[in-house]
Amino acid sequence: MSDNIYLDEARDPLIIAEGWMKDGKDVAIATVVETWGSAPRPVGSHLVIDADGNFHGSVSGGCVEGAVVTEAIDVIDTGKAKMLEFGVADETAWQVGLSCGGRIKVYVERLG
Amino acid sequence: MDPYALKTLNAERRARRAAILVTDLGDGRDRIVREGDQVAGDLGAAIARAFRSGSSGSVEAEGRTFFLNAHLPQPRLVVIGAVHISQALAPMAKIAGYPLEIIDPRTAFATPDRFPDVALHAEWPEDVLKRLPLDSYTALAAVTHDPKIDDFALRAALDANCFYVGALGSRKTHAKRVERLLALGASADQIARIHAPIGLDIGAASPAEIAVAVLAQVVHAFRSRGVDAKGVAA
Repeated sequence: MSDNIYLDEARDPLIIAEGWMKDGKDVAIATVVETWGSAPRPVGSHLVIDADGNFHGSVSGGCVEGAVVTEAIDVIDTGKAKMLEFGVADETAWQVGLSCGGRIKVYVERLG
Repeated sequence: MDPYALKTLNAERRARRAAILVTDLGDGRDRIVREGDQVAGDLGAAIARAFRSGSSGSVEAEGRTFFLNAHLPQPRLVVIGAVHISQALAPMAKIAGYPLEIIDPRTAFATPDRFPDVALHAEWPEDVLKRLPLDSYTALAAVTHDPKIDDFALRAALDANCFYVGALGSRKTHAKRVERLLALGASADQIARIHAPIGLDIGAASPAEIAVAVLAQVVHAFRSRGVDAKGVAA
């Protein structure tokens, strides 16, 4: 838990997403919905993404954010939510794996 | 996510009120549930658990899978009195995840020297609480022994529905305090919420031990919100 009892609005993903929405941007919200083993970010953590690929927040320690952003832009285009799963990094998928050995499930949906 | 749900959720979070975003992972529909809203069945029971624990997760109910994202405000502890007990309580509360603030108008007590790295207000509670109001995710412990300092803050804590209200002093001291609070307009039901003598009964003797007893009581009060003495959800 943080020491700050009020929201850190400048860095809070959901506050940023609302701001983007007010600016007329298309936004996707990614949420960690399940974790197994060692996972860097707890269930409920958010990454928010706009149609240009700008993002705030995190769903891992930076291991899979790139892949989530790519998928999120697709979700913004189609409007169809996706459930993504990331496991241990291996040779074929080392760019989008979790080197910590955990597994996470990330739900990506469009805002609106 | 529904834009209205996001706006509502952020408004609740800014106001330091608990809310849960409930998302049907099958069709993506979502809604906000506030603490105290009635939700029936297994989903309602899971929501009640999430409000208490603050933990997010998936739940199967009515043949569907829902994701509950629990947004609870950071609980905090406000201590009236920059005394010996507070010196021990400050680092302990911080470690336990309850950021602490100390209010004491007596400038000889409320010195940064005695309280390094603590949010310290050498002012009257009347003035500080106007700026930094209490709420239901705040615990208040009044430990000055001085009615001039403690009483206003205790009344304010009861009115703000603080999840914990404790006051230092013997049963005899507390009986006199009850009389004063009644005269100030607090109801008997409100006054019954005050933990006095303060702290869990662990036989605490030293100021640091009393701090442990107080902190344990605060944690218990926080983790049993909305549950009666028999452990049944209210």
